[in-house]
Amino acid sequence: MLPENITAILARNETWTGEAASEPYEAGWAREAIVFVRALKEPVGPAPLARVEISPDGMHWVPEGTEMRLPSQKDGMAVARLTHFGSWLRVVASFEDDASCTVLVTLHLKA
Amino acid sequence: MSRSDTSSDLGEALRRAMTLSNPALSRFDPLPRIITLDEFSRGHCGWSQLVGNYEDTLDTMLPGYAQHTSAMLSTLPHWEAGSHGGMSGSYALKIATRARPGAQNVAIKRLTFRKRGPIRFEAYFTFKPEATELKLGETDVRSVGFLFDLQGGDRDRGAERVMPHLRFLNAEGGQHLQKWQFKNETTKFQPVGNGEKILSHYHLAPEGWQDLPGGSQRLCYNEIATKVNWSYLRFDFDVAEMKALSFQCNDRVFDMSGFESIRMPAMKNLWCMLNFCLFAETDVAKRAFLYVDSICISGDF
Repeated sequence: MLPENITAILARNETWTGEAASEPYEAGWAREAIVFVRALKEPVGPAPLARVEISPDGMHWVPEGTEMRLPSQKDGMAVARLTHFGSWLRVVASFEDDASCTVLVTLHLKA
Repeated sequence: MSRSDTSSDLGEALRRAMTLSNPALSRFDPLPRIITLDEFSRGHCGWSQLVGNYEDTLDTMLPGYAQHTSAMLSTLPHWEAGSHGGMSGSYALKIATRARPGAQNVAIKRLTFRKRGPIRFEAYFTFKPEATELKLGETDVRSVGFLFDLQGGDRDRGAERVMPHLRFLNAEGGQHLQKWQFKNETTKFQPVGNGEKILSHYHLAPEGWQDLPGGSQRLCYNEIATKVNWSYLRFDFDVAEMKALSFQCNDRVFDMSGFESIRMPAMKNLWCMLNFCLFAETDVAKRAFLYVDSICISGDF
């Protein structure tokens, strides 16, 4: 049987402001992941660095170490390649006051 | 007894013996034709996110659908006890809501049918709130449930779109209600985009649920938020008559004579549709998780 391979949508058409976070995704079965963040609308204000976070339980989070600059224009993309992330993944970002980005965050996982 | 009766009896006995001796099928009571057997230790098995309709911009998607997220493969990992695992494998399908009162999430499997007749949906499932508090949280999950989305064939006279819904209303407003409900109405159809091609309605809106007569049931929910037990459900629906035939959860078989489906005129693009959905709904600002170990969908053909 071919190994599992799935595309999961972590956030779709969500306008991120302030302290923003995707929903958690449980993916302990996956050995590798790629995260894409696409701006669905023209971002407002400075584009922050988004951070990948990992967790022992899906409730308590720590930085995994990977960062990616969020897009500064509509349909711009940010990407991060990940391995060795345990059971849980999410993407977070801290926006300056009045800054925002409407995002599509997709997670591409392979066993 | 005629020779054909004997042959039919023998065939049925042989089929039953083979089903019972097959560890993957023995936990189910499938009708003669297995349409799908989904064991989530093999992957997502075609259960995907129910995405809402839209045109030109995702902003046109109804809010009920916009909140949906992708289902996961979960080992039911608990912060203090580690992975619970599935019934016989490591993984279960996990449908998680957002942490907002009333939030819902839905996973869907989309098929079409080739024969009008009884369809049987069997699943082993369990549910829990996210263990963010050191409490049982037995009234945190509002409901879990399932629905079919069906439509007759393009040559059927008087074909309708029919959507049987059943949910286990676990709790509402802190009250532990524990009863099965159905609904026979949806929200008004709304045009999406310019409305020429696409309509949308949110059939899982909280309004319109009715108690299934005799549908109270106390399920096993154990003593803390991280202990779960798998439960069995079986729903039989006749796609020829578009009528519910039977419903069972664990040891209880319910009278379906008072059950009604949501019914509406056939749509121009959904002929022979055979969709199955699973959903979860939280009552509090805490994620609700519906876990499904395995599903067997079978038909009498």
